[in-house]
Amino acid sequence: MGILQVQNVNKSFGGLKALNNVNLDIEEGSVHAIIGPNGAGKSTLLNCFVGRLRPDTGTVKFNGRSLLGLSPHEINQVGVARVFQTPEIFSDLTLLENVMIPALAVRDGAFRINGWGRVDAQADIRERAEAMLADVGLADKLTDHSGNLSRGDKRRLELAMCLVQSPKLVLLDEPTAGMSRADTNNTIDLLARMSEQHGVTKIIIEHDMHVVFSLAKRITVFAQGHPIVEGTPEQIKGDPKVKEAYLGGAQV
Amino acid sequence: MTTITRETARGDLLRFALFAVLILAMPLWLAPLGAGYPDLMQKFAIYGLFAVGFNILFGLTGYLSFGHAAFLGVGSYTAVWSFKLLGMNPLPAIALAIVLAGAFAWVIGFVSLRRTGIYFAILTLAFAQMSYNLAYSVLTPITNGETGLRVLNSDPRVLDHMMGAGEVEGSLVSTLFGIEMNGLPGFYFCAVWLLIGMYVSFRLFRSPFGLMLMAIKSNQNRMNFTGINTRPYALTAFVISGMYAGLAGALLCVTDPLAGAERMQWTASGEVVLMTILGGAGTLLGPMLGAGIIKYSENIFSAFNEQTLHEIFGFLPDGVEGAVVSVASLFVGEGWHLTLGLLFMLIVIFLPGGVIEGGHRIQALLRRRGKGGGADQAHPQAAE
Repeated sequence: MGILQVQNVNKSFGGLKALNNVNLDIEEGSVHAIIGPNGAGKSTLLNCFVGRLRPDTGTVKFNGRSLLGLSPHEINQVGVARVFQTPEIFSDLTLLENVMIPALAVRDGAFRINGWGRVDAQADIRERAEAMLADVGLADKLTDHSGNLSRGDKRRLELAMCLVQSPKLVLLDEPTAGMSRADTNNTIDLLARMSEQHGVTKIIIEHDMHVVFSLAKRITVFAQGHPIVEGTPEQIKGDPKVKEAYLGGAQV
Repeated sequence: MTTITRETARGDLLRFALFAVLILAMPLWLAPLGAGYPDLMQKFAIYGLFAVGFNILFGLTGYLSFGHAAFLGVGSYTAVWSFKLLGMNPLPAIALAIVLAGAFAWVIGFVSLRRTGIYFAILTLAFAQMSYNLAYSVLTPITNGETGLRVLNSDPRVLDHMMGAGEVEGSLVSTLFGIEMNGLPGFYFCAVWLLIGMYVSFRLFRSPFGLMLMAIKSNQNRMNFTGINTRPYALTAFVISGMYAGLAGALLCVTDPLAGAERMQWTASGEVVLMTILGGAGTLLGPMLGAGIIKYSENIFSAFNEQTLHEIFGFLPDGVEGAVVSVASLFVGEGWHLTLGLLFMLIVIFLPGGVIEGGHRIQALLRRRGKGGGADQAHPQAAE
């Protein structure tokens, strides 16, 4: 029994079958990568997890509870956090405020009016946010505007925003897309360290094989909306079906 | 712009105290500017309050409402009805106006907040124009249509009669503890409400609730994936700003017990948007400043006529003077909106953060000149 169970999920857009009978079982505490060529249905699947899309058929269960029909904020409240391809942060606010908001969302729930107390008087929230920012290496930038950060630092901030909520599952959508090699390696290091310290289950969708083989303990390969192979990185590396999916069966 | 974790409670209190002194001393320092008379100062306070409330919605959440005059109108009509039925005491009128405007805002907000951006603006505009037209047509029994709603000697005014103050010589004015709410007392009555409204706005800006509203403006998508249900937050901000508008509408009637439908027209909704942007949307003091600037220039420019222009440009040679006056006269009197439009364009193009941003730029410039490039000194005085 995994933490996330996907059963018989189908999703079509008009005539296009984006997801074709997907079954997936994500083990608790694992780092699970989903790879595949463009258009294989990886992002569609992710959007089904977070409430952006509703599958035509099938079930998505998180800790035994169905996620279908829940809105994104409800899915976050049960413990699923998401990191976007382009870092989604509050770029008009300071780093500290960026991390305090998700911490407040955990303490106060999806909606609570606290219009009289001061933000800086929320000592518990502030401490957690500061510790989290120190953890990802942004301790010296607490009151900087997050909009001015580098791409790599924005990614760090977004990770801090997710992890401060102590989620049970983190979904990462191409966490190193568009990054320089140096930023990519920094992010890999950070993610690896986060896995050790926080032990959160992670699902990573990724193109970059370097990232996948550095982080993932388990890999599922998608092609044409369907998982074709699942296994450890070593098994995947040698699998002929994977080569065929990526290279269209051409002889190399 | 808004970096609330950088502000201290003490700094805020100091800022508010300074603001309070400036408002209460308005009769003193406005007199040399030719604006020290009560009617105009009442307008400053009332429209300032309107803009401060509007800023809680627009400045914090970024939702641009083009229909806030509807709440101003609801507040006004409610206040006059309270005068008619209960009596000329302003307090029940204000309480009822705030409650009713809030309820009205909840209904309109509930529907309009299903959309964002331009669609939200259009929805609010449509609702406000509907209210305006209803006030002129179907609702005439309540609003008295074109003539406007006023208090009559024959009205019940239950509380007044109970207190034995039912029979009044001459025209009826709102009175609190025997003080007539016009002239200078009227201004101070409005000023007290302005200070209350401003203090509430200070608290909201610095609170977790305010932070959530700013985050909605910054990135609504991230908010949803952070476990925050954004719609009730935005709706609460909408209702609060509607209540401010209702209060402002009631105060307009406290100082002059007459309510007309033109108060709900879209130009009035547009005016509060101008005030907020002109002063600086999302800043604490900007909207008040914007309201002051617009009401002051309205007063100055609309009072000019050809005669005064001839006096001003009298030093020019005759032919030139005639030409200058004929051009300038387009911008004054009835045409003062042309001046306002120009001013607004200049601000939006060169100072998108409003007058407050202009102040910050000058401050930064002076500091740089004084310190010889002390970049680390440039602590932006945020959210003032």
